[in-house]
Amino acid sequence: MTALAAYTTSTGEAFQFWVLGTVAVIGALCTILMRKAVHSALCLAGTMIILAVFYLANGAYFLGIVQIVVYTGAIMMLFLFVVMLVGVTAADSLKETIKGQRWLAAVCGFGFALLLFAGIGNASLKDFEGLAKANEGGNVEGLATLIFTKYVFAFEITGALLITATVGAMVLTHRERTERAKTQRELAEERVREGKHLPPLPAPGVYARHNAVDIAGLLPDGTPSELTVNRTLRERGQIRDVSTEALNDLRALEQRATDRLERPDLRRTDPGRNGDGDSGAEHAAAAGEQTEEASK
Amino acid sequence: MNPVNYLYLAALLFAIGASGVLIRRNAIVVFMCIELMLNACNLAFVAFSRLHGNLDGQIIAFFTMVVAAAEVVVGLAIIVSLFRSRHSASVDDASLMKL
Amino acid sequence: MNTENLIALLVAAPLLGAVVLLCGGRRLDRVGHWIGTLLSALSFVIGLVLFTDMLGKGAEDRSLHQHLFSWIPVEGFQADVAFQLDQLSMTFVLLISGVGTLIHLYSIGYMEHDERRRRFFGYLNLFLAAMLLLVLADNYLLLYVGWEGVGLASYLLIGFWQHKPSAATAAKKAFLVNRVGDMGLSIAIMLMFTTFGTFAFGPVLEASEGTSEGKLTAIGLMLLLAACGKSAQVPLQSWLGDAMEGPTPVSALIHAATMVTAGVYLIVRSGAIFNGAPDAQLAVTVVGAVTLLFGAIVGCAKDDIKKALAGSTMSQIGYMILAAGLGPIGYVFAIMHLVTHGFFKAGLFLGAGSVMHGMNDEVDMRKYGGLRKYMPVTFVTFGLGYLAIIGFPGLSGFFSKDKIIEAAFAKGGTEGWILGSVALLGAAITAYYMTRVMLLTFFGEERWRHRATASPEQPSAEPAAETRGQHSEPHPHESPRSMTIPMILLAVGSVFAGGFFSIGDRFTHWLEPVTHHDHGDSPLSAATVTGATMVVLVVGVTLAWFQYGRRPVPAVAPRGSLLTRAARRDLLQDDFNHVVLVRGGEHLTRSLVYVDHTLVDGVVNGTAASVGGLSGRLRKLQNGYARSYAVSMFGGAAVLIVATLLMRAV
Repeated sequence: MTALAAYTTSTGEAFQFWVLGTVAVIGALCTILMRKAVHSALCLAGTMIILAVFYLANGAYFLGIVQIVVYTGAIMMLFLFVVMLVGVTAADSLKETIKGQRWLAAVCGFGFALLLFAGIGNASLKDFEGLAKANEGGNVEGLATLIFTKYVFAFEITGALLITATVGAMVLTHRERTERAKTQRELAEERVREGKHLPPLPAPGVYARHNAVDIAGLLPDGTPSELTVNRTLRERGQIRDVSTEALNDLRALEQRATDRLERPDLRRTDPGRNGDGDSGAEHAAAAGEQTEEASK
Repeated sequence: MNPVNYLYLAALLFAIGASGVLIRRNAIVVFMCIELMLNACNLAFVAFSRLHGNLDGQIIAFFTMVVAAAEVVVGLAIIVSLFRSRHSASVDDASLMKL
Repeated sequence: MNTENLIALLVAAPLLGAVVLLCGGRRLDRVGHWIGTLLSALSFVIGLVLFTDMLGKGAEDRSLHQHLFSWIPVEGFQADVAFQLDQLSMTFVLLISGVGTLIHLYSIGYMEHDERRRRFFGYLNLFLAAMLLLVLADNYLLLYVGWEGVGLASYLLIGFWQHKPSAATAAKKAFLVNRVGDMGLSIAIMLMFTTFGTFAFGPVLEASEGTSEGKLTAIGLMLLLAACGKSAQVPLQSWLGDAMEGPTPVSALIHAATMVTAGVYLIVRSGAIFNGAPDAQLAVTVVGAVTLLFGAIVGCAKDDIKKALAGSTMSQIGYMILAAGLGPIGYVFAIMHLVTHGFFKAGLFLGAGSVMHGMNDEVDMRKYGGLRKYMPVTFVTFGLGYLAIIGFPGLSGFFSKDKIIEAAFAKGGTEGWILGSVALLGAAITAYYMTRVMLLTFFGEERWRHRATASPEQPSAEPAAETRGQHSEPHPHESPRSMTIPMILLAVGSVFAGGFFSIGDRFTHWLEPVTHHDHGDSPLSAATVTGATMVVLVVGVTLAWFQYGRRPVPAVAPRGSLLTRAARRDLLQDDFNHVVLVRGGEHLTRSLVYVDHTLVDGVVNGTAASVGGLSGRLRKLQNGYARSYAVSMFGGAAVLIVATLLMRAV
């Protein structure tokens, strides 16, 4: 790698370019075509790592490492954090809403690609000098010399820019609390005054098939209660649907449960008959028993 | 292989990123596409650095990275605060520039 | 005391009177007329003081100047309120304030039963102030102020009995027709300003020596238009006959003696401009000659005594305009005739007013007759005025009119012959219609005795006071002292003024420093002209006597010839105005409205609609979606790249 050819590259580099380049393009396409933001982010991270390899192949050793550490490591992680904040599964449909936008976008993309290709093709770029001479004293040293001599002002100003960005991000995301936080007593009194939900809110998944946080608990009549799900999930629209099929299953289970209640000895003697698929039903039945006991 | 191919690859990635900016509605993905475009540019700079045999291109790519980092920080902060107020990360929902 | 400072008082006295009387309210009702008369007399007295002062100076030092204040002091535009009192202004000041005071006095008796007498005197004072301002101004702009002021006073006084629709209409008509002339004056002033850069009399008249004839002609024609409007000359003459709807003192003061002569003043004052523009002068003489005959013919046919006198006024002012158009030959005689006319025509009008006063406000002369026994003072004064106007030898009209005819002949060439003949013919007709008025009113049988049963042919021009019933037989009686004294004084003026002015060419010498008299070469000797005038005078009088003196006069006017009927309708002037101006104006307006609606509005609305439509289309591009804008940005960037590449390729 130290002796980079000026005009053509080694076969190894050519092989690497064609293989990894294909993967990079596929990654880029996946970035824009994946429905979920997490997948997009992962594809982009892949593309970036490949680009890092290409930087290394082009003699930009420092940039290759920085690409991996800063870009893939830090910036993409920042993206993932935000995706997490905004909602991992906030899948945005790929259905176009603006008339003609997709066509225009395609035309723009292809047109740009064609234009750039034409520009590069027209340019006389036959003689690559190679970085062998520039990298003689080491790539990092060379960059450092340039940064602290020729580009020192730009470097300092970049520092100012970073500080500004940091402060800006803090200002944008920080929310000043303008009123005193309510004490627990005040909250309790408020709840009593409102008179809506005196006891604690119902837990998710109660009487449902699963007790995951995103599954609404079922009311006695079998309908899901959105109250049982965390407010953030509710706002994101991430309540998992309890389908009618599941309700029917539940009804059948209840039927079975009542049958078994008529013959309680059967249930006790054969606890694992229905397999772990019915653990929810058992749970429900157990809850039913508990309530029965409480009522007695 | 001619190293010029790196430039073609950069152009292709740039065009793909641009299309993504135009197509996607999720602001975060749009941002990722912008990052993709910036990376394509960086690749071109690095390739040009090799072409000219000096390190200035790499310096520019380095500065691009720094600026991109700053931009991502601020942009993501904007997206977060937008999501807080509108409960949506769709760029089409913020279509208030219309009369 | 410096006499110059008195000039402003001339204007200020009647102006004060107007302000006091018009703002004073009812509590001044009892003394208002005396305040007005006294202030008018004060103005006359100041005029006399200034006059005697002026007589004591040499001919060249007589022009006085008083600068009051700068009205519009702008760089390059200096409008001052300044007065100039020279011999010409002095003549007018004495005439206006003198006759004005007499008529104030007369009005005290005449308007005795009118409950708005105070207001009437206020208007009269306002008129005096404006008229004095007009003749005392030292620049055209201030003259214009006075010009408009007398127009306003004339409007207010013609329409003084505004409850009569005819009076209100007449006032409006006078005002509107005057506006046409006023426009001419304002344009003339603007032309002066662009040509000379000033409009003060002195500089303008000095500078007009070396100015091109075209510009002077334009200014002169505009001044002539102004004079036509104010002095009721053809083609703007139609308002004067209707203006007789005003009270008779108003007719005497404004529409006979003073205001209507403002046009003559304007032309004589602007003499230097007209001297440099022969075409404009010719136009002036033509207007004068035409009006002279026009007014005389109208005067022959009218049965309304005031309207007959109005026709006569028009005709006599025609004489003055004719004289003024003759240039330096005629200026002096124009002013002289103006002054003598001021005396005898005011006297005649006051006499007419006195007759009407005694005849239940009847104005139809066919219902008069034989009044000389009942109102002897009126008869004598009216008769002296009559003799003066027809030019009876020795009386003032004889001197002044004779000189004008002479000057017309002296113009020279075919022009001179035509103008002279017209003036002579006018003199004959004047003799005819004035004799007619005289015979119908004071001689013959007493036709008013038989009219008790006959309903009046035409509505009376002046409202009957409650005490004088319209249908009861009138009891002709002499007017009170306050009315007869002014008549007597004016009669004295009518008799002696002409002789006084003419003996030793006093008036000519008096005015010469201002108007520059020129004798001219008359193809006929003065004696010939006088002889010819005497002949036509006798012919006119005899004709009238044969027609109205020997035969009984029918109480209802006979149908008459075509000319008579046309003359009764003021020679169709109103019909002409209606057909040409009113109809034409209506059609013009309609077509302009059509053009406005279709073409102008079409262009405007079309532009608006197309812009609106285009904006509506363009607005759709502005859909608010950031992604759409991004597409535009990428498209624009692509275009830029293409352009760059193409430029490289080329």
